[in-house]
Amino acid sequence: MVATGSVVAPADKVAASSRHYRRSWAGWGFLAPFAVVFALVFLAPIAYSIYLSLFQDRLIGGNSFVGADNYKQALQDPAFWESVRRVALFLVVQVPIMLFLALLAALAIDGGRLYGASLFRIAIFLPYAVPAVVATLMWGFMYGSQFGLIGSINDSLGLSLPDPLGPKWVLASIGNIVTWEFVGYNMLIFYSALRVIPASLYEAAAIDGASEFRIIRAIKLPAIRGALVIATIFSIIGSFQLFNEPNILHYVAKNAINTQYTPNMYAYSLSFSGQQYNYSATIAIIMGLLTMVIAYTVQLRGMRKAL
Amino acid sequence: MNTKHGRLLRAVAVSVVAALALAACGGSDGDKSSSTGGAADVKAALKKGGTITVWAWEPTLTKVVKDFEAEHKNVTVKLVNAGTGNDQYTALQNAIKAGKGVPDVAQIEYYALPQFSLAKSVADVSSYGASGLDKTFTPGPWASVQQSGGIYGLPMDSGPMALFYNKTVFDKYKVAVPKTWDEYVDAARKIHAADPKAYIANDAGDAGFTTSLIWQAGGQPFKVDGDKVKIDLSDAGSKRFADTWQKLLDEKLLAPTPSWSDGWYKGLADGDIATLTIGAWMPANLESGVKAGAGKWRVAPMPQWEAGANATSENGGSSLAIPTASKNKALAYAFMDYATAGQGAQTRVDAGAFPATTKQISDPAFVDKKSAYFGGQEINKVLAASAADVVKGWSYLPFQVYANSIFNDTVGKAYVSKTKLADGLADWQKKSATYGDQQGFTVN
Amino acid sequence: MATTTALRPKQRARAAHSFARPRRSPLLTALTGLILIYSLVPLAWLVINSTKSQESLLSSFGLWFGDGFSLFSNIKDTFTYNDGIFLRWFANTLLYVVVGAGGATILAVMGGYALAKFDFPGKKGVFAVVLGAVAVPGTALAVPTFLMFSKMGITDTPWAVIIPSLISPFGLYLMWTFATDATPTELMEAAKVDGASELRTFFQVCLPMLAPGIVTVLLFSMVATWNNYFLPLIMLKDPDWYPLTVGLNSWSQQALTAGGDVIFNLVITGSLLTILPLIAAFLLLQRFWQSGLSAGSVKE
Repeated sequence: MVATGSVVAPADKVAASSRHYRRSWAGWGFLAPFAVVFALVFLAPIAYSIYLSLFQDRLIGGNSFVGADNYKQALQDPAFWESVRRVALFLVVQVPIMLFLALLAALAIDGGRLYGASLFRIAIFLPYAVPAVVATLMWGFMYGSQFGLIGSINDSLGLSLPDPLGPKWVLASIGNIVTWEFVGYNMLIFYSALRVIPASLYEAAAIDGASEFRIIRAIKLPAIRGALVIATIFSIIGSFQLFNEPNILHYVAKNAINTQYTPNMYAYSLSFSGQQYNYSATIAIIMGLLTMVIAYTVQLRGMRKAL
Repeated sequence: MNTKHGRLLRAVAVSVVAALALAACGGSDGDKSSSTGGAADVKAALKKGGTITVWAWEPTLTKVVKDFEAEHKNVTVKLVNAGTGNDQYTALQNAIKAGKGVPDVAQIEYYALPQFSLAKSVADVSSYGASGLDKTFTPGPWASVQQSGGIYGLPMDSGPMALFYNKTVFDKYKVAVPKTWDEYVDAARKIHAADPKAYIANDAGDAGFTTSLIWQAGGQPFKVDGDKVKIDLSDAGSKRFADTWQKLLDEKLLAPTPSWSDGWYKGLADGDIATLTIGAWMPANLESGVKAGAGKWRVAPMPQWEAGANATSENGGSSLAIPTASKNKALAYAFMDYATAGQGAQTRVDAGAFPATTKQISDPAFVDKKSAYFGGQEINKVLAASAADVVKGWSYLPFQVYANSIFNDTVGKAYVSKTKLADGLADWQKKSATYGDQQGFTVN
Repeated sequence: MATTTALRPKQRARAAHSFARPRRSPLLTALTGLILIYSLVPLAWLVINSTKSQESLLSSFGLWFGDGFSLFSNIKDTFTYNDGIFLRWFANTLLYVVVGAGGATILAVMGGYALAKFDFPGKKGVFAVVLGAVAVPGTALAVPTFLMFSKMGITDTPWAVIIPSLISPFGLYLMWTFATDATPTELMEAAKVDGASELRTFFQVCLPMLAPGIVTVLLFSMVATWNNYFLPLIMLKDPDWYPLTVGLNSWSQQALTAGGDVIFNLVITGSLLTILPLIAAFLLLQRFWQSGLSAGSVKE
């Protein structure tokens, strides 16, 4: 079998020359370690969660089977839907902004027209290395309009900047922290995808005399389509599961960020403050289904490939 | 998914679920350990020795543990800091539910104890000798560890409230130390008018503070009788609090900084937060966290709702309790007794804890102690007097931990929007009642 | 024989840009520099404030130095506070990272290889199931996982932290993509003809080619396990087993208790010390993943 002369772009997972897979059970052999741990760590707890969601355990009265009652209650729960609306809003605004910035940075660094490109690459990625606890502590301080950085700026410049931790702006403030944390990560994904674009494409473009922007539009963007889709999916899942940042910021902004601020926080406070494990499991299952549907939709529309 | 594979996976999933279900049903239900014994058992347990685990975040217990082990050479005490407050209660509840890893002794604040005692998660220790201890402890804490005739813990420290104020700030703006809450509001106006960056106090919504003030005002919003619960956050005492406090909120006289934040410590240090109406355990915190305030602060009696009265309330403070699932209750009681009523009490007071025992609180060495941080004032005189004046008849909800967790969701709105405090309290009442109802209590 | 010589990374990189040979643009540098500043300001805050003592923290402007330079005493205090528990936390984190991230990488590499190179029954569903499971909020899984693990007797032990960190869906995807392109089937066929077993083929033929991708997955897994916070918080009760994140949080919370020490300066210094090893790891490994992601994917 001679290798064909085709060039393989990474997004195209099935190259002509490697289309002939080995059909055998050996595949499961290699996949087994992952699969076993996965079953233990994800599948079993999910199954248990589903089981829990069908029961109710009360301080007075104990455990009892209630069928779909928890689900009925959740679907009519205004606090739940408010939290869902909030993360949906967050998703629609924060994810595009963050991915756009990441793409800009990736294109800029890959384009080779920067002074000190490798410095940019490592520096922009650094925030990803910072644990959420630390990141939130830092930003929480800087947001302080009484005694924090915003307060100091207000004092020295005589301004009256809006309170980032007040109810009006706190969601945007959280969005800022999340963007700060993940811009570098997404930039790296895009940058890696850009790096594998074959030189021959650039050669052809140069021969045709294409401008920089043309190259970006016609070569780079289509080539990293797969990376864009996967980054979008993981960002969507992350947005729906928003928890770490609002939860830690909650301690300095208890009135702006309530215990039901995001669906995950709601599920958390139900379990850990209210001991209502069953209802908490119900909320989580519903959120999981919702997220899955949206993630699959994005995946299907974005990646029309045969597996 | 391919049928052959699908079937295998499904089989695996089903068996996993089945195994879990069996384990969940069969497992951990309540008292497998023996019911509580008597005082003789305690002596026997000490002779026999063994190991017990204590979950507590109270720093003064470290020395107590060392001393106890030195005195009883065949006993080992593992002191673990499993989290502070709510974090530990969550861990405790998780452990009790799982039936594993339950400690023998746990530190539980007074407001949270009813939640555990009602669910029978902590043991009634009357038979071990606790019933003979009522003269040993001060009235407020002693009442707080009792529930429906049983004694579910021993008081470790207490937090009778007092007014801690920054004398330098009060002198600078020539404001008198307020003796009533109305005078307090006037003082707030004076201080804030003199310096817009200074406030008489901070308040960003704190459940413990609010309930303590309602307590002082004579309110009894939470009434519990078995599984019947009455919640009324609009009773006379609650209304009194809401009306007065609303004035401070409307005129923006309270710094919107949450307590215990780094902004709060900063404000205390540079005088932008001029007073703290808080429990008697505060001095140790001021000494370690607000070093810049040394010499500037003093202690005065809590402002009163009625001129000339001397009613106070408790704010914070914890007990030690024995979870029902503990396998070594007698030995656990021995330690608990030592730490709260025995030599341990003196050890902790020496390290800065505020006593819940009558002996330590009336000890002249304690009462007459001059505090350098407070400019040489004999602060314990004020604090001990406060302990004796705690209003009687207060109780917490059997699910106070949860209720407090939703305090900021409800009452908190009054601090950041035009919602009135009274309405916020009503919302808190409603949501707490709903929760109680869901949990099977008969509410109102 | 197949002619699948992947261009060595540096050659390819240079080749790609020999066409553009663009002029460096100061404007673009400045604009991208804004993103750089945005990324670095909070880290600058961390460094600056690590030099302040507890009192100085509360009295000085956030983004500039305060009175005195306390960095070294802060570091010393961080390491010695509470009988040196910070060092213990550091050791714990190393353990979790080495075993957890290392394990996750092994699992992801083998799994990705399987998905890329083999066709087996159920294959189509596998990634879908993995993605679906990741979509379920972690908080929902926390309590059931905790209850399960406590019945198995492993809560409050390192295993409760390590086992969940062995699953890296992103790592699986990355290796799948990488392996598809980096390991040509022809070579594998050739090995089989020579009589090698699947396992041998994997280890001797494919693994070396996958090396750069492996390093990438390792790096991402290391970050994830190093910064792991929520699950260890629930699983561990004994502070002796805390990772650095949970430990730092407990120090921060300590100020919230009556009688607790206020040690914000140690929290900040500790945070700085916590992120330094990761940064060092990036800098050391960056040549690998940078070249690695480009290598082996291009066949001319």
